[in-house]
Amino acid sequence: MIALLVRDLRLAMRAGGGFGLGLAFFLIVSTLVPFGVGPEAKILSRIAPGILWVGALLACLLSLDRIFQLDFEDGSLDLLATAPIPMEGIVTVKALAHWLVTGLPLTLAAPLLGMLMNLERPGHFWIFLTLLIGTPALSMIGAFGAALTVGLKRGGLLLSLLVLPLYIPTLIFGAEAATRGTAGLPASTPLLMMAGITAGSIALLPFAAAAALRVNLR
Amino acid sequence: MELRVENLTVARGGVPVLEGLAFTLSPGQVLILCGPNGSGKTTLLRTLAGLQPPLVGSVSADPEQITYGAHADGLKATLSVEENLRFWASVHGLSDIAPAVDGFNLRGLLERPSANLSAGQKRRLGLARLLVTGRPIWLLDEPTVSLDAASVTLFADAVRSHVAGGGSALIATHIDLGLQAETLDVGPFKANANRPRSDDQRDAYADFDEAFL
Repeated sequence: MIALLVRDLRLAMRAGGGFGLGLAFFLIVSTLVPFGVGPEAKILSRIAPGILWVGALLACLLSLDRIFQLDFEDGSLDLLATAPIPMEGIVTVKALAHWLVTGLPLTLAAPLLGMLMNLERPGHFWIFLTLLIGTPALSMIGAFGAALTVGLKRGGLLLSLLVLPLYIPTLIFGAEAATRGTAGLPASTPLLMMAGITAGSIALLPFAAAAALRVNLR
Repeated sequence: MELRVENLTVARGGVPVLEGLAFTLSPGQVLILCGPNGSGKTTLLRTLAGLQPPLVGSVSADPEQITYGAHADGLKATLSVEENLRFWASVHGLSDIAPAVDGFNLRGLLERPSANLSAGQKRRLGLARLLVTGRPIWLLDEPTVSLDAASVTLFADAVRSHVAGGGSALIATHIDLGLQAETLDVGPFKANANRPRSDDQRDAYADFDEAFL
């Protein structure tokens, strides 16, 4: 399983691997929003947590279809399915690799990009914390969607339609926790709800995704 | 480790392709699978490898003993030959790739990204993967595609030494590999919708699947 993780990370770093795609998109969104909304610092700092969350979520969505599609096309997925790694393990490792390549860089970049939107002082910590807890759920739910659509040509559209509704609870609780935290209000309820969604996704979705992959490999 | 198949019916997309298959692949044996294009050889191999369930019948072999060599080699274009091989070796819990490298004459290509390999070299790398899985039963789907004569000899030698070590191989191929092998022609097992089937088989798929055909 570690070999698979190392391989996926190595592939992501090599040319054409897609590392930085999500990060670049996130950067573009957070740079453009102040231009679009206008320079009033008050409005910007109010919407900053929400914009950063939406940006991170869409950036995550960009690279989802690569999780299984590339391995499916070159035949590695067939060979991995017959290898002595359980399918659930493959799904978990692939989702973890996706998070390390997409979710973690977004989490680290978000506090810096918050400055572009006049995010106030405790907000940097809150956006970091909520993304750190929330993005693993985005990767895991995304891996499930990618497993469902793996055999389809141009499955990216269907994947987005399937996954976006499932992302909404994470987005609501994540953005709410970040907004409340930034405003100095108690934020533990939405934070715990989001942590629950993340924990639930990691516990249950590998099994669902593995079942979907088995059906799609037939 | 023996691979035994009894009264097996394999299906593609719910439609039976081959039915009533029965054979045994014992250690030390090579079985050549022959039949025209589209006769269901790949479907049979995928079923035996555990990638799809049989429609009827059973395959008695531990999937952990089987390795499947598909049409696609499963290579990553941006990884080097050595990285590709090492990956498959460590997935299967092995670390020694030297026999595979020497067996398929890849020593001079180790550093090269597999995107820059020729079709035949890619195939050799794909076949070298079989040796790093350490599994006794090989199921190979047209392994000699795009190989030159010298590489076909390398491949035949690899199969011979695998079999001599107690392994076995089921090979779907259209050319003579020069191996001591029995031949299994899938032609007589071709599923025929008009042929009367026993009632329990009919119940198993006819009503449900035919609604979608």
